[in-house]
Amino acid sequence: MIKMYGYLKHTWWQALSAITALTMRVMADLSLPDYMMRIIDNGIVLKDMDYVIRTGTSMLMVAILVVVLFFTSNFLASYIGSRVGDLIRKDIFKKIESFSLVEFDRFSTASLITRSTNDVQQVQHIMAMSFRILLAAPLTGIVALIKAVELTPSLSWIFMVIFPIMSIAVILIIGITSPKFEKVQKLTDKLNLIARESLSGIRVVRAFNAQKTQTEKFQTVNQAVYSNNVTLMRIMSFMDPVIMIFMSFTTLLILYTASDRISAGMMQIGQMMAFMQYTSQVLASFINMTMIFTMLPRAMVSARRIREVLDTQPMIIDPQIPLSFEPTKKGEIVFDRVSFRYPKANEDVLNEISFTAKPGTVTAFIGSTGSGKSTLINLIPRLYDVSKGSILIDGVDIRQVAQKDLRAKIGYVPQKGMLLSGTIEDNLLFGAPEASHEVVEHAASIAQASTFIHEKEDQYLFKLAQGATNLSGGQKQRLSIARALVKQADVYIFDDSFSALDFKTDAALRKALHKEVGESTLFIVGQRVSTIMNADQIVVLEKGRIAGIGKHRDLLKTCPVYYEIASSQLSQEELA
Amino acid sequence: MTSGHGPMMAMRTTVVKPKDFSKTVKRLIRFTSPFMFQMTLVIVMAMAGTIFAIIAPKLVGNITSKVAEGLYQIAQGVPNAKIDLDYVNSIINLLALLYSGHALFTYLQSYVMVKVTQKITFNLRLLITEKINHLPLKYFDTEPIGDVLSRITYDVDTIAQSFQQSVTQSITALTTVIGILFMMFSISFEMTLIALISLPISLFMVTRIVKIGQKYYRARTRTLGMLNGHIEESFANHPIIKVFNGENQQTQAFEKLSTKFFLESWKSESFSGMMMPIISLVSNLSYIAVSVLGATLVIQGQLQVGSIQAFIQYIRNFSAPINQVANIGTVLQSTVASAERVFEFVDQPNEAEDQVGTPCPEVTGAVSFRNVDFGYSDDNIFIKNLNIEVKPGQRVAIVGPTGAGKTTLINLLMRFYDVKGGSIEVDGIDIRTLSRYDLRNIFGMVLQDTWLFNGSIRENIKFSDPKATEEQMLMAADSAKVDHFVQTLPEGYDLLINEEANNISSGQKQLLTIARAFMSNPSVLILDEATSSVDTRTEVLIQRAMEKLMGNKTSFIIAHRLSTIKDADLILVMNHGAIIEQGTHVSLMDQKGFYTSLYLSQFEPES
Repeated sequence: MIKMYGYLKHTWWQALSAITALTMRVMADLSLPDYMMRIIDNGIVLKDMDYVIRTGTSMLMVAILVVVLFFTSNFLASYIGSRVGDLIRKDIFKKIESFSLVEFDRFSTASLITRSTNDVQQVQHIMAMSFRILLAAPLTGIVALIKAVELTPSLSWIFMVIFPIMSIAVILIIGITSPKFEKVQKLTDKLNLIARESLSGIRVVRAFNAQKTQTEKFQTVNQAVYSNNVTLMRIMSFMDPVIMIFMSFTTLLILYTASDRISAGMMQIGQMMAFMQYTSQVLASFINMTMIFTMLPRAMVSARRIREVLDTQPMIIDPQIPLSFEPTKKGEIVFDRVSFRYPKANEDVLNEISFTAKPGTVTAFIGSTGSGKSTLINLIPRLYDVSKGSILIDGVDIRQVAQKDLRAKIGYVPQKGMLLSGTIEDNLLFGAPEASHEVVEHAASIAQASTFIHEKEDQYLFKLAQGATNLSGGQKQRLSIARALVKQADVYIFDDSFSALDFKTDAALRKALHKEVGESTLFIVGQRVSTIMNADQIVVLEKGRIAGIGKHRDLLKTCPVYYEIASSQLSQEELA
Repeated sequence: MTSGHGPMMAMRTTVVKPKDFSKTVKRLIRFTSPFMFQMTLVIVMAMAGTIFAIIAPKLVGNITSKVAEGLYQIAQGVPNAKIDLDYVNSIINLLALLYSGHALFTYLQSYVMVKVTQKITFNLRLLITEKINHLPLKYFDTEPIGDVLSRITYDVDTIAQSFQQSVTQSITALTTVIGILFMMFSISFEMTLIALISLPISLFMVTRIVKIGQKYYRARTRTLGMLNGHIEESFANHPIIKVFNGENQQTQAFEKLSTKFFLESWKSESFSGMMMPIISLVSNLSYIAVSVLGATLVIQGQLQVGSIQAFIQYIRNFSAPINQVANIGTVLQSTVASAERVFEFVDQPNEAEDQVGTPCPEVTGAVSFRNVDFGYSDDNIFIKNLNIEVKPGQRVAIVGPTGAGKTTLINLLMRFYDVKGGSIEVDGIDIRTLSRYDLRNIFGMVLQDTWLFNGSIRENIKFSDPKATEEQMLMAADSAKVDHFVQTLPEGYDLLINEEANNISSGQKQLLTIARAFMSNPSVLILDEATSSVDTRTEVLIQRAMEKLMGNKTSFIIAHRLSTIKDADLILVMNHGAIIEQGTHVSLMDQKGFYTSLYLSQFEPES
């Protein structure tokens, strides 16, 4: 949390002015009882109307000053909170954009989203509050305390009695409740989880007649939430009355001792009244401070979660002196004994993979679920870095060029569409903002997307919703292919990118594609043998190792794994 | 946090206004009627406690006046004049009693109210979950799950948090305002008028500010939504942004939004922050007026010094409830809006009641669709006059392009939706005459969507029958080829599937859903794209296991990969909601129609 306050250096003069305004406001506000005391002890006793009026006028000035200062400090506090939130938000976003998939796996996407939305919001809130309440409460308390003690030193023992007792009471209540709070929070999360589950799996729940099971599960937790909440809230209900009792009995204590002292002529009435007012201010600010203790822990958790992100250095960074690709070469890719293992995993996902892919050829990857196909192709654009061995493009190790240059060479089509909100055109231009409309249209027609785009009223200006929910799976995949084509890259990667297409579209697309990108180096990950059987080389993966490499016909004879895969999909005549 | 319950939901920052305030309030009151006794008790105690608190400042003032009177007499040289400390002490004792009473009532009142509030929340949650079980699936076609979820979580929580506050605060605040007014008038009419003169001005200013502030708040909320949307999208599509070198583009767009949000949030918070200074100004002005006018009246002998003190106390106590009353408006509004959303959900029409009568039959598995008409909405009947005859024990494959209506057939069979015309019969019995429970007991279903719940693998397999034995569970696991990979997992069958279900692969998930279906030992098995995430070799293994398990029971298979369904006894080729061809693989290939072209397109060479 303290580190979050480091952001204040960007708004230092606003922060300084806010603190100054706040301090002046508190002092001015707390001088009012002084004036009142003088009205009573001097004005009334001496029956000096003029004095009363004069003092009243001064009070009016003070009140106006207070409100002006109050406005100023609030205005600045809002600025600081919003500005710091803005700065943190920009930093965290920039940081996350620099992350590789390793960091995304480590934090999980969902958690990164929460950290940059809810957590930042939380810190922004506490920042603004810092300059409104967090500082004001102790400041008021201290100034009021000084005033009270200054005014009547002989009564200051009252604070010595009240403070410790009250602190113990408050600490006790907070100490008892905070673990219970945590428990209730956990239970509530569980409750929400079950509810979410029952909803997202509603078809399965009904198909298996499991409504009762789910409801019972929900009820058990609901019951627990209920009883824990009742206990917790009942303890919390102690807080108010206890504080009230303290405040009122302090008043009584003052009345009792003060009336004694007044009768002995050691104190004046106005003085007693002022003392009582100061005391109530001290106690009120004490209560406000306990509020801080309930607010701070949440913000601190958020601050820590933000810090974790900001302190993480991405695994994949550019070399200090990047090499560059030779512009004349067209993208020959060599895997040289490449191994890969996810951080903290016990086993390699890929083991000693070596092959060469020449420009103008198609390299296909096939293998069972979890054999490492997708991981392998994610290494090419350096979404992950190899653990051992190296990948060379045109003879240059991809770790020695700038990531920007490397990725400029690659057209990538992911398994799922992964489109952004915005128009179709925005999406197609994503990798190459300068491309002309002709290029875009051409790419769309190769990707077999033209027909459905032209069926839309706004055509290329058709707006995609977030997650492209207003398109079908096949349409998303086709746009995603077109987006890669617009880049006119040297290397294309298709990660199982034809799965949502029906066979007819798939075949037409592959025919058009072959003509268009014949010069480039192509990588295709596939599940269907039919999709990859015409590739120049097929790499068969089995548990992270190459089980066979070659053409369809040869592999059928030489590679048993490939034969098994093929025979599960093709008829006997086709296998022969 | 995934699938429609993203962080966006948690942050509804503006107050949502209820559509029909009074109707919902009445409903809410009806809902609380079982707690009438407790509520009445709470109201009485809250009022009593407040009254005690209101009397106190006047008594404190009396003490001061008494002390001043004594002082004055001493100053005047009245013989035997002294401060009446006995009187002072007796009042102090009385005050101690009042204060204690106030604290006690405050505690008792919230003690009772806590239980009432929590019970109401409990009941609301129960009401919603039970409702979910009775809603037609159709409801979820148009309502996003996130929305229903936010009713259970956000709305119920809002009610839980604000109900107590709105009830007790409105009582205490109202009692306080009336009580203080009464006390002030009883002390001095002029002083009261002076003290309250600034009140209407401040009320006017506060409402103006709230109005203007709301405008800024709306803008701010809109931008926040855009900002969070941009974050979610950028992170979800991170690989694409990286490979397409789009980091700068995304960051620039983000920074523009963030700056916009900063300015709007500064403006809106500055506005809402004006409330406090204004309230404090009003309170200070009253304080000054009371001090000056009070002093004048005391000098003129029309008022006692203690009354100034009492007045100052009353003014300080007056601004708090006014603040509260202003807040209660918004609190109450959000309570009622939330309650309205909950009631709205509960009031949705249920799916048609089960017709009791026909007992659960032991079925052989003959399924027929007779002249079935169906559409997801009434104006779009896309299945018309559909007829299918399936004999017991047949393996039926349904193929066709996306959107042909394959899954719809399954939805109708399971009665997730009811036919609009015609009928579906199992063993000659119209499925609408069976209870849904019995009907669904007949079927075992595996979906493309590999939904698993947050629990152990064992619990997930035993989903249909939590009381099943370990052997039964292991049998099902073994047939679905689950056993092998589960054994390699760190905790085996006790491994908890985590919230995002990302600690096992999608292929493994699919196998688990198959084991789950095997476990229910169905008479008819339905596989809707059930093996799309497993590789073809595993798929063959599963199919063999399935053949063994199903023996001569009926099964329905929807598949994308035509290679997997070649051996089916009956292949139904669907397009645009109609069955355009049917037969076996061989007979369909001979027809050289749609099926043939669909099948051949798999093997079409690239060049």
